Amino acid sequence: MLDSVEPYTTEDGRKIGGVVMEMKNITLRFGGVTAIQDISFDIRDGEIRAIIGPNGAGKSSMLNVISGFYNPQEGEVFYKGEKRPPMKPFQVAQQGIARTFQNIALFEGMSVLDNVMTGRIRQMKAGLFAQALWKGKAEREEVENREVVEKVIDFLEIQHIRKTPVGRLPYGLKKRVELARALAAEPSILLLDEPMAGMNVEEKEDMSRFILDVNDEFGTTIALIEHDMGVVMDLSDRVVVMDYGKKIGDGTPDEVRTNQDVIDAYLGVAHD
Amino acid sequence: MAKPIEATDGLGSIPALLQRNASQFANRPAYREKEYGIWQSWTWAETEKEIEALALGLIDLGVKEGDFISIIGRNRPYFYWAIVAAQSVGAIPVPLYQDASADEMAYVMDHCGARIAIVEDQEQVDKVIEIQGQLTEFEHMIYIDPRGLRKYDHSKLHEYSQIQDKGRATHAENINELRARREKLNYDSICVMLYTSGTTGKPKGVVLSNRNIIEASRSSSEFDKLRLTEEVLAYLPMAWVGDFIFSIGQAYWCGFCVNCPESADTMQTDLREIGPTYYFAPPRVFETQLTNVMIRMEDAGRFKKWLFDRYMEHARKVGGDILDGKSVGMMDRLKYGLGNLLVYGPLKNTLGLSRVRVGYTAGEAIGPEIFSFYRSLGINLKQLYGQTEASVFITLQPDGEVRADTVGVPAPGVEIRIADNGEVFYRSPGVFEYYYKNEESTKSTKDPEGWVATGDAGYFDEETGQLRIIDRAKDVGKMAGGELYAPKYVENKLKFFPNILEAVVFGNGREECTAFINIDLTAVGNWAERNNIGYASYQELAGHPKVLETIREHVETVNRSLAHDPMLGGCQVHRFLVLHKELDADDGEMTRTRKVRRGVISEKFNDLLTALYDGSDEIFTKTEVTYEDGRKGSISATLKIVDAAVVPVEGTRQVAAE
Repeated sequence: MLDSVEPYTTEDGRKIGGVVMEMKNITLRFGGVTAIQDISFDIRDGEIRAIIGPNGAGKSSMLNVISGFYNPQEGEVFYKGEKRPPMKPFQVAQQGIARTFQNIALFEGMSVLDNVMTGRIRQMKAGLFAQALWKGKAEREEVENREVVEKVIDFLEIQHIRKTPVGRLPYGLKKRVELARALAAEPSILLLDEPMAGMNVEEKEDMSRFILDVNDEFGTTIALIEHDMGVVMDLSDRVVVMDYGKKIGDGTPDEVRTNQDVIDAYLGVAHD
Repeated sequence: MAKPIEATDGLGSIPALLQRNASQFANRPAYREKEYGIWQSWTWAETEKEIEALALGLIDLGVKEGDFISIIGRNRPYFYWAIVAAQSVGAIPVPLYQDASADEMAYVMDHCGARIAIVEDQEQVDKVIEIQGQLTEFEHMIYIDPRGLRKYDHSKLHEYSQIQDKGRATHAENINELRARREKLNYDSICVMLYTSGTTGKPKGVVLSNRNIIEASRSSSEFDKLRLTEEVLAYLPMAWVGDFIFSIGQAYWCGFCVNCPESADTMQTDLREIGPTYYFAPPRVFETQLTNVMIRMEDAGRFKKWLFDRYMEHARKVGGDILDGKSVGMMDRLKYGLGNLLVYGPLKNTLGLSRVRVGYTAGEAIGPEIFSFYRSLGINLKQLYGQTEASVFITLQPDGEVRADTVGVPAPGVEIRIADNGEVFYRSPGVFEYYYKNEESTKSTKDPEGWVATGDAGYFDEETGQLRIIDRAKDVGKMAGGELYAPKYVENKLKFFPNILEAVVFGNGREECTAFINIDLTAVGNWAERNNIGYASYQELAGHPKVLETIREHVETVNRSLAHDPMLGGCQVHRFLVLHKELDADDGEMTRTRKVRRGVISEKFNDLLTALYDGSDEIFTKTEVTYEDGRKGSISATLKIVDAAVVPVEGTRQVAAE
């Protein structure tokens, strides 16, 4: 199954298409430290792809390569079949890739609604002057974008905090607001950096539900980094396992679970 | 039974009222729901079209006359339409509590033999699928929100909007059938079946006819002069008779608009935005609101606090009298006017109650301070006494004759009789037809002459002529010494303290009364915060010595006030404990309408009850709890047992239940 790039339908009826993003022999160094070493993998259209690994394995660096925050010293990134030149994060965003952050990066003093609206900035074309006067195009745009945002708010069930300043929200809800902002951009690929970190069991269940629903309802491709193995195994279609910057496994959750290198990396190896 | 006057001009059913409204009030709003941050609205004409489409779709699906249709979801226009559509095709709507557990749902749906269920979303669909095996008659399920349901097997599962589309597409074939079925409906046909929450035993299906609902709605609307222009917010469970009367009976009779909140969590904001003119809330909602106001005032600046205290004091002095139309001095009126500008007006606006013309509370006793707080602000809050079996109304308080400790005069068309043991009986055009498949209970509740036993003990207050309810008749008992024992009366007095959320009093046939108490986490938690008392859990806070001390003071205050009452002075609480968990419907300790189940509690916490009477100082206990997803766990704690001082009873001891 993994070797073929033919579209297929999963057991629960989702359609997985061809490769939409491919990482080829990526190497990323910070000075003398090699964060990522010669890693290749692909992400297929409509799938939930997880990147897992112990602390310091280079997962977040990998996500930052995808989002354009880091440009790798070696290797190539292909997006929708075309090689991607080195890009700034906003350019990557313009290509339809949205993300959330491990340490929530919201505007604390702004309301939930305003925060989520910032996810639409890419779609707002009216000039500064028109925006300031809020006439004509600017007004129309605001109304259109607000509609999209309200659908997202409804989808993630955060209507009750619409007007609440983000700074006053508990952690679990902030995470959800961040997801809302990413979704508001109507991305084709959604990057989630540890979406469940620091959550209790109930919040994790909610978040898992939302991730599955996003994928199911909008067909959004999702790449996520996660620590919680249980969550990853339940959610993802395919998993990349990293350890010390290298790829040590790649496959379906079942394949990865039985991979000896992965077991060693997670549980440690006896040195004899 | 007194024959009601058929004064409704052939409007013998809710679908008939819909037809009238659609032609007479075509462009008036009938429903509003907030969705995507905006109030969406439907006029009566549009509503009629929506309901017709759904009704035609139901016929197309094979719904027959006399079928039962379960309706499970929060207050949304779609569900109200579903109810009327079901009635239009001659089926019987059965609204269910949407937070009911799968078992409770299975019992009700099996009991009525529901063929169709109309539900809200994936959560409810899953619940019904889970119990489907136990339901012999069940065939189709219709859902509103398609989210997450795309991959489900759709052979017996349908989307609401698609059923409506199907109905529109088959309009030509089925419209005559629909008209014919609608014509057949009259005063005697069944309007709705509602299951009572059942403080004891299994829920009973109360069958209410169109006569019951329309007569009750008509006379109560006239009593309070409800008009076409009223606005109500529908937020109480649809399975509850009150919502059925307010949001369907009276709304269709008067033609006013029913507003549905965006979600359960946005209720407060939506209330403010709508500003209902006719409002109902159980005492608990008023209590919570008042607690929140007080907590926020504690945190307010000195000047604001001073202003609030000063003007609230004045409102307490004259506000109620002004509302009742009594004579109040010119200066006091001026000062009240100023207070209205500075404090009462903005506060009412914050509470969403600025426009309330008629407000009701019922279900439980309301604390006199809470009641007078709202009334002093100029909100016409009144009490009523009712039951599912009566189509709500038994007594109502007329404008200007409102008191906290009575429940009003008999509603129009209602006769009331007090039995020798103090139990209240009534009969009226609203009296239910029968309990579904339960002849025995029907007979024991409703006698051949149409008198219905309420199960409540009460008497008519001589001074005001209004009914006063003291307790459930079966709960009223005797102490070992022969004094009257009315636990709920005492519990209510305890619950009037903001710190006490629930209280359960014991003592029937015993020497002295004791109590279990639940603290209110919001109020006590805020107090703890202000006094730098750290706590990690409800349990820890509930066991804090200072909390116990405060509760003891409250209990002693209640004891002192009971001592003034020669009839109930024997019910003073001698010993009590603060429970380590909140009483919860999921654990079966309360009903879904949050009434304590005394029997279940005394059985479940038998060890604690024993400790209250055997003189021990503390007790270790372990309790099973059910989480919201149905999993079980347990919590254990060592509880302190506290003694409270009692006061000798004043006056002569008199033993009578009246």
